Amino acid sequence: MTTTHCPYCALQCAMHVDPTPDGRWAVRPAEFPTNKGGLCRKGWTAGELLTSQERLTAPLVRPRRGAPLEPTDWDTALETVGTRLADLQAQYGPNAVAVFGGGGLTNEKCYLLGKFARLALGTSRIDYNGRFCMSSAAAAGLRAFGLDRGLPFPVTDLAGAQTVLLAGANPAETMPPLMQHLNRSRLIVVDPRRTPTAERAVASGGLHLAPRPGTDTALALGLLHAAHAQRLVDRTYIAARTTGFEQAWSHAAEWWPEQVEHVTGVPADLVREAAQALGSAAAEGGAYVLTGRGTEQHASGTDTATAWINLALALGLPGREGRGYGCLTGQGNGQGGREHGQKADQLPGYRRIDDPESRRIVSEVWGTDPDALPPAGDSAYELLASLGEADGPRALLLFGSNPAVSAPHASHVRERLSATELLVVADCVLSETAGMADVVFPVAQWAEETGTMTNLEGRVLLRNQVAPPPDGVRTDLHVLAGLAHHLGQPTERFPTDADEVLAELRAVTAGAPADYSGVTRERLEAGASLHWPAPAEGTSHPRLFVEEFAHPDGRARFVPVAHHPPSETPDAQFPLVLTTGRAMGHYQSGAQTRRIEELSRAEPDAYVEVHPDTAATYGLLQDDWARLVSRRGAMLARVRTRTAIRRDTVFVPFHFGGAQTANDLTNPALDPTSRMPEFKTAAVRLGPASPPNGDNPRPRQLDSVADPSICEQGRNHSGARDDRR
Amino acid sequence: MSDDCRHVESQDGHPAPGILPRQGAGPERTHARRIVVVGNGMTGNRFAQEVVRRDPRGERVRVVLVGAEPGPAYNRVLLPGLLDGTYTPGDLVLPEPAGAVVVRRGETAVSLNPDARFVTLDTGERLGYDELVLATGARAELPPLAGLRAPSGGPGEGVSTLRDMADCQRLRTWVHPGVPMVVLGGGVLGLETARALATAGARVSVVEAAPWIMCRQIDSPAADILTRRYLDLGVRVYADSPAARWLPGTGLELGDGRVLPGDAVVVTAGVRPDTELAQNAGVATDGGVLVDDRLATSKARVHAIGDCSWPPGGGTGLVQPGYRQAEVLADLLTGADPAARYTGTRPVTRLKAAGIELTAMGENVAEEDTGTQAEPTTLHAAHPGDNRVETVTVSDAARGRYAKLTVCGDRLTGAVLLGFPRSAPEVARLFEEEESVPTDRLALLQDPPTASAAPAPEPFDAVVCRCNAVTRSDIEQAWFDGARTHAAIAETTRATTGCGGCTRDIETLLQGLAGQHREPVS
Repeated sequence: MTTTHCPYCALQCAMHVDPTPDGRWAVRPAEFPTNKGGLCRKGWTAGELLTSQERLTAPLVRPRRGAPLEPTDWDTALETVGTRLADLQAQYGPNAVAVFGGGGLTNEKCYLLGKFARLALGTSRIDYNGRFCMSSAAAAGLRAFGLDRGLPFPVTDLAGAQTVLLAGANPAETMPPLMQHLNRSRLIVVDPRRTPTAERAVASGGLHLAPRPGTDTALALGLLHAAHAQRLVDRTYIAARTTGFEQAWSHAAEWWPEQVEHVTGVPADLVREAAQALGSAAAEGGAYVLTGRGTEQHASGTDTATAWINLALALGLPGREGRGYGCLTGQGNGQGGREHGQKADQLPGYRRIDDPESRRIVSEVWGTDPDALPPAGDSAYELLASLGEADGPRALLLFGSNPAVSAPHASHVRERLSATELLVVADCVLSETAGMADVVFPVAQWAEETGTMTNLEGRVLLRNQVAPPPDGVRTDLHVLAGLAHHLGQPTERFPTDADEVLAELRAVTAGAPADYSGVTRERLEAGASLHWPAPAEGTSHPRLFVEEFAHPDGRARFVPVAHHPPSETPDAQFPLVLTTGRAMGHYQSGAQTRRIEELSRAEPDAYVEVHPDTAATYGLLQDDWARLVSRRGAMLARVRTRTAIRRDTVFVPFHFGGAQTANDLTNPALDPTSRMPEFKTAAVRLGPASPPNGDNPRPRQLDSVADPSICEQGRNHSGARDDRR
Repeated sequence: MSDDCRHVESQDGHPAPGILPRQGAGPERTHARRIVVVGNGMTGNRFAQEVVRRDPRGERVRVVLVGAEPGPAYNRVLLPGLLDGTYTPGDLVLPEPAGAVVVRRGETAVSLNPDARFVTLDTGERLGYDELVLATGARAELPPLAGLRAPSGGPGEGVSTLRDMADCQRLRTWVHPGVPMVVLGGGVLGLETARALATAGARVSVVEAAPWIMCRQIDSPAADILTRRYLDLGVRVYADSPAARWLPGTGLELGDGRVLPGDAVVVTAGVRPDTELAQNAGVATDGGVLVDDRLATSKARVHAIGDCSWPPGGGTGLVQPGYRQAEVLADLLTGADPAARYTGTRPVTRLKAAGIELTAMGENVAEEDTGTQAEPTTLHAAHPGDNRVETVTVSDAARGRYAKLTVCGDRLTGAVLLGFPRSAPEVARLFEEEESVPTDRLALLQDPPTASAAPAPEPFDAVVCRCNAVTRSDIEQAWFDGARTHAAIAETTRATTGCGGCTRDIETLLQGLAGQHREPVS
């Protein structure tokens, strides 16, 4: 029996993995403070992927464009890529190569990926899919508190709260074991849909506020307004621990409850009631404000997250016992992933790449000249959208991400991926993006290697190896080391041993905001609870901001924000609001979970959640196939009618590919600060459609994913969608 | 236009260029056009904010806001809330527009020269413009009633309107617990004011000449229930009661000779668009400043938004259309969207009175009540042949609730919702967006369901643990296979191991199974 942590979300539930008599792996929950012995369906079935028939076990190379991928050996694959990269850089300069990472990679991989990009490639073009995840909350947290750690308190603190407001978070479906910490609190759930979390709130005496997608800022400003009018604002805290309340308030002054009702659709009396519940709990038994992707994934997401933070600050929550603001990070290593240098503007330890002192410290550890480090590069969507353009990257190296499904305006991203001269993907299965690649490296997954992860509360975890990778499979660290070798880098710069990488990470983050210098495998194995900053000398920090905030004056900042309407609003042509998100049985782009029999059987297709009245208006009934069309593309989904969704809103999960790719519809409008795309609001129309695969009424997504040829169309015809109807 | 056109001479002979002298040098030397906004109220302030949103650095336009009131712009809609102490004056201050906006407070525009393109301030200064925006708002009406006016023409002794901060400050010194006060005018503002005064402890009477209160928005049965709701809150309502005269120190005498006691009277008898500046400059007015769908007046480069304007279809006195006009005009004047047009709004009235939830929209008075034939509106054009009018009414007078929906074809043409706070937003949305109304009209008046409304599965196969998709039959099977405790069930079926929300259901099921199993033993 080996105890490790789950391959999926940021709660990183602990689990025991045991071999079964028939040569498979069985997972069961383990006791750990975050999951308290719980596990969701995805965790229970996670072992299946270790022995999946769909594992890649040999590098794949496409001999020429249009030809199918063919198995090859590692040396050939690495040399092919190394040579092509060197050629392209020699011809077009270092920025001809871009790197794209993921929030599911271990800290060691994130770190080495950033080092590889800056040092081996010398490119400024590196970013990662975490940009699509919590970047808005991160930007808002930084400007408010001076430091961004998703939850600046242990998740177990939540259990004592009288009231918890969840804005755009649906943990009952996306992070179920977290609910054990919320079972005793009164919940206020902000979501345009009556999600399982919202149902839980209503069933246990809480509240569900269902704003029209894209109006959350108005709602947060309205709650601040109501709290102030109802004398619930903590004047003492504001005076002692914050700056800028008056300017922030002046925007809330425009949002009296009836005005909030008009713009958001949330009844004015509910706004008052929610403010009362939250505000009185803040003064009595404790309250938390938590945000999720629903409120953050907007072109104004940073301001929206700021509006929630302002509400929390006005009620005196952050940095006090039993109270707080936090962001529920999504991806497995969404927290560590944003700290160690795979983000365009960052160096390891949450250091800024434009800060001379940070450049000096990092380059010293790396044995290079600070001036040799490239400057900040483009954000994720901008990077992907510039692929193959005149001044854009000619080649892309991609680790731990599936942007052909998960990026906004995905059809356009696939077109740009096709326009590269070299696309290299490292993955454990042939994801939609891997299927488009020129070279695919089969890499180890989850329980096949050891590494550290940083969970949603900033706690560093040891994810233990359970079994060795299958023959022919190497780790991402090996891939980086191999490529670095072909690019002429000294071997010692790119270790393949995770412990060696961690040792380097300790050295380079010492004294940084996200200080990992006290994180060792030995301490983690001994069960130490290490929340960063965890310096080598001294204790780690489960609770931040208790004494002071991280700004030089020690105070938190109210940043004044106004409500701005979404970048796209419904009109006669596209009369409905589309919002996207996750379903219980799948994780992110579905590359893993769609390959797990039990999960795939339970949720085989994309569905569109729609009010029966709205469905009827467009000639649709339960279980019909529907076609959704936005200004950017179309998708197919099965109709699921629910009276508890707003009549003007439809929801689709984004876990599916091919003709069911929700992100073919989404809007790549970007937040000016975080560069977060507007995943959560787009204008669409809805109509009947025939089933995706001709006569087959229930197509299996697995079919289209397992077959690499599906992606050929994408490569041959620029802009063509995976067109498997 | 050449730059020279913008230069005019100030009265003291110094050059008063089209750019503000007090703004200094440097960034002013741009080709940005200057927009002068007359009126620093909610609409003028919003317009400036909308401009800054579209042109944050003032590269295309620069805004000068001129406001007569000495303080910063404030939220006029919430003024009644000052009377009962819900807000302090500082709470109502609106955001100071950032960017290339200069706000000149305490200065009044006294005349406008649309040909030479400048406005003259009460200081004598002339302010040149490329584009002028009139956002002068409205003034409170003082009806021609004996005793209301002082010899000077202003409000008489114990008389106040409620339109600006000064009115509020005055009224606040008059309101004390137990003081009798009269509110003259039973419209929205009158009723909101009466509620606030009552909260502050005053003994309040509302006087309305029309047959019922809020007669422009709601029908007579709704008004009856609303009147009773007010009585419960300690406010007496006298509808269909023309006032005769104000007796300072005594009260208000009604037409029938009754005298309602009052130390003060708050006149809330409507507002009149402030068109003086426009009218004197020869800008066409009719009730308000006439504008087209681009908010343009009869004079070139002069625009009007908010309460002072009169767009096609008329003004409303509500803040929503003003906000929308501010957006459209900002689109046009910054060039952000030259195709932007103001196509009117379908106004929804929401009474802001603590403890009373009233929303009204559209036409709610049947023709037999008014004696006039309702004209079919344009929205029916899309549904020729189906403009049957139907009305759905729900009345529960004892509990103070009343709802009426008027539907023509399948579109909502009017609604009154009293005591339906949870239904009001969706009804309002269907009205504003002219969406088709669901066939089940009454469903609109029901609160959203409190539990999942997904199609109910067969009870035998009901999912008990959603996180792990464990059904009732799975649990029963596990029980028959020997799993008799919560822990054993969790181990064999995974139930309760996700969010833990089904723990109680599982325990109930186990008890039931244990009970069933005992019964056959007889």
